[in-house]
Amino acid sequence: MAIEIKMPALSPTMEEGTLAKWLVKEGDSVASGDLLAEIETDKATMEFEAVDEGVIGQILVAEGTEKVKVGTVIATIIAEGEEAGSSPATPEKAAAEPTAKAEEQNKEEAKDAPAEAQVAPAAKAQAAAPTPSVTHGDARLKVSPLARRLAANDGIDLSAVQGSGPGGRIVKADLTGAPKGGAPASVAAAPKAAAPVAVPAPAAKAASASPTDYPTPHEQVKLSGMRKTIARRLTESKQTVPHIYLTVDVRLDALLKLRGELNDALSSRGIKVSVNDLLIKALGIALVQVPECNVQYQGDTMLKFSRADISVAVSIPGGLITPIVTEADTKSVAAISAEMKDLAERAKAGKLQPSEYQGGTASLSNMGMMGITQFDAVINPPQAMILAVSAGEKRPWVFPGDTLGVATAMYVTGSFDHRAIDGADGARLMSVFKGLVEKPLGLIA
Amino acid sequence: MSSYDLIVLGSGPGGYVAAIRGAQLGLKVAIVERENLGGICLNWGCIPTKALLRSSEIFHYMNHASDYGLKAEAISADIAAIVKRSRGVASKLNQGVTHLMKKNKITVHTGQGKLLGGGKLSVVNDGKTEELSAKHIIIATGARARDLPKAKADGKRIWTYRHAMTPTELPTKLLVIGSGAIGIEFASFYNDLGVKVTVVEMMDRILPVEDADVSTFMAKALTKQGFDLRISANIQKIEATDAAVTAEIKAKDGTVTTEEFSHVIVAIGIVPNVENIGLEDTGVEPDKRYHIKVDEYCRTNVDGIWAIGDVTAPPWLAHKASHEGVLAAEAIAQALGNTEVHPHPIDAKNIPGCTYCHPQVASVGLTEAKAKEAGHEVKVGNFPFVGNGKAIALGEAEGFIKTVFDAKTGELLGAHMVGAEVTELIQGYTIGKQAELVETDYIQTVFPHPTLSEMMHESVLSAYSRAVHF
Repeated sequence: MAIEIKMPALSPTMEEGTLAKWLVKEGDSVASGDLLAEIETDKATMEFEAVDEGVIGQILVAEGTEKVKVGTVIATIIAEGEEAGSSPATPEKAAAEPTAKAEEQNKEEAKDAPAEAQVAPAAKAQAAAPTPSVTHGDARLKVSPLARRLAANDGIDLSAVQGSGPGGRIVKADLTGAPKGGAPASVAAAPKAAAPVAVPAPAAKAASASPTDYPTPHEQVKLSGMRKTIARRLTESKQTVPHIYLTVDVRLDALLKLRGELNDALSSRGIKVSVNDLLIKALGIALVQVPECNVQYQGDTMLKFSRADISVAVSIPGGLITPIVTEADTKSVAAISAEMKDLAERAKAGKLQPSEYQGGTASLSNMGMMGITQFDAVINPPQAMILAVSAGEKRPWVFPGDTLGVATAMYVTGSFDHRAIDGADGARLMSVFKGLVEKPLGLIA
Repeated sequence: MSSYDLIVLGSGPGGYVAAIRGAQLGLKVAIVERENLGGICLNWGCIPTKALLRSSEIFHYMNHASDYGLKAEAISADIAAIVKRSRGVASKLNQGVTHLMKKNKITVHTGQGKLLGGGKLSVVNDGKTEELSAKHIIIATGARARDLPKAKADGKRIWTYRHAMTPTELPTKLLVIGSGAIGIEFASFYNDLGVKVTVVEMMDRILPVEDADVSTFMAKALTKQGFDLRISANIQKIEATDAAVTAEIKAKDGTVTTEEFSHVIVAIGIVPNVENIGLEDTGVEPDKRYHIKVDEYCRTNVDGIWAIGDVTAPPWLAHKASHEGVLAAEAIAQALGNTEVHPHPIDAKNIPGCTYCHPQVASVGLTEAKAKEAGHEVKVGNFPFVGNGKAIALGEAEGFIKTVFDAKTGELLGAHMVGAEVTELIQGYTIGKQAELVETDYIQTVFPHPTLSEMMHESVLSAYSRAVHF
């Protein structure tokens, strides 16, 4: 009797992933703990280990397959000498495998045209036909328990299904005819036909719905899982979080001097502290000193954190990820430096564990090395603040006593979730941060 | 000529509800009724029969008073008083509908309504004709009892439901033809009052639309109560005189017997009221059995003409008619520009059915046989009343609750109940079906103790081999 290997949920929120690479082939013997495959989620590539031992009977989902639902049978393990073909999992093969390229294309179009997805189902539309459904106005997918189970059983992508039940709820009837195995091509086609009876889609949307018609020569590139996640989360942030931006001008001379001394002292230990490491520490301390800004807005309630975990934006090929330096307020600068180096390296290799980039109480984004004078960062929900650090540069500076001289300074802008954080509290945080950078001994004490 | 947004033809539980919903949505509404507001349901159907059955139920309990440690002597039934109470109940509800029409500012036109085409309608009352016009018309004229071709009901010896609920004297020996809900309810009423009842059913089981287990259980229960049940039987010939009715009954084995009864109730189904309402002038098409054809929003093939309730396809139940009334009124409001309403078509599999005999029968969805026929792999749960504390305390340990789930999806395909108060219980499963709950939702729901409803929980548990008390 074959053991079914199912697509694992590698993080609590993972619903689907890309089967990036098989590390075994049919007929290979595996033992518990052997690596079976690399699974790519929206954020990272992770290794998937065998739990059972035996021989790989059948590989049912080819490598490179995207959007494999958690729970889909991806392979079977059989006992030594057992016939692979007797596997009960065979029928799933067709459902999980990618279908024709054209369908993939349609699927992408469906995702890319939210305005069109809001129209009434076309199937029953006559001239003055009653329209049973309301649109999915909100982000939460309304699905009946039965429809949810049917979708899970058959691998139907509910986000592409139009609900006809009360309040736009997706009910069983809406799933009949929906393509199985996560290719909602025909569902996407139906709303298109109904477009005239609905709110007209803006012209820009129409263009994005048929990108191949765009007149300028171009290459059409499919979005990676990470790009989609970035797009979704930043849109969510800018649409739902009222941002307030507070900018301070911070002198860096003292910090740069301290950094030089620190690196001299630490060179024997092989540690090289960056300005960014010191700023992570400074933000950590500032957040704990101004707890009003170390919060998370949750509708009816608010989380007030007792320590500062700083998500640090790291640019990686094809996007960005925010590994977390936990307990940045209490860790030594040397420890932060070592940790950051390791996190950044593994982030670039796509080897972060979800726990290493999910969470965080605030974020820090540094574009100083790119020569940016000043910028406003987008809050990383559900966090309530992000610090945008720009380039340190030599500038004319007015010193005490109104004498003019040269100082190295940088602009730092905090973006705050104004639902949870008042301007005055944000200003206090910026002031504490500025103080710590300008008198940096506080960072190592 | 008065003109309206909506005119509803017929004021039964479909029509008057449609009118009220239309008025709630801001439409100018009129209703046309040739007889009594409330239609058959209120005046000659559901409600007055429930009043009658309540009397026979109490009579039944009085006859079994000693079971409860009570003494009741010299008990007798006064049929005239029972009927009077029943008529009183109907009249009270009829006044209630009159009040509702007034409250919702719905104009009531009394008289025979007739569609004239082009959104026009005439109402004839006492020889006077009034003409009305409307943007939309809902036909809600209902249905009437189907007659036996061999013997038309005359109200003397051969009755329809309508005669059966206003008897001037109790029958001595009653023949009920047809064992659907109406036939069985009247049979149960008269049997409880001490009348010798024979039921003839053409099909191979009584209550043929119910699950086979329900039919089997009911056949046993009713036989124990003294019913003479003849299944797979036919009435070959029927003759009424002033004094009695003679029927030739062909039994299952082919033998034909001639038997004499004091009265006959014909309960072999209904025919829709599609005559003399001007359908032929509008182009509205009836189906083969002369029910008006409508789509899922109750639209006929003619623009602006809608039909709901018994005049359309089955199930022929008051609550189906009411719900269609709401649906049609909302769809009409939408057609007239209201963007706030969202009419939703009804799934017939979610319409419950109730039979108020003794014990009661209630069901929703597919029978086990129909579910299998439709290709479902099923899980079946069954829980008997004897396993329920409340049922035993009530002295009502007769009955069961059966549930049919789809083995793959956990969808509740059907629920079938026999026993005390099951007609009040069935809505629990009906809500679940409408909301598309799956077995875990029922399993995780806390049912109050001690109640009969606990059996609903146990039946689901039983489908998943987890019943606690049996």
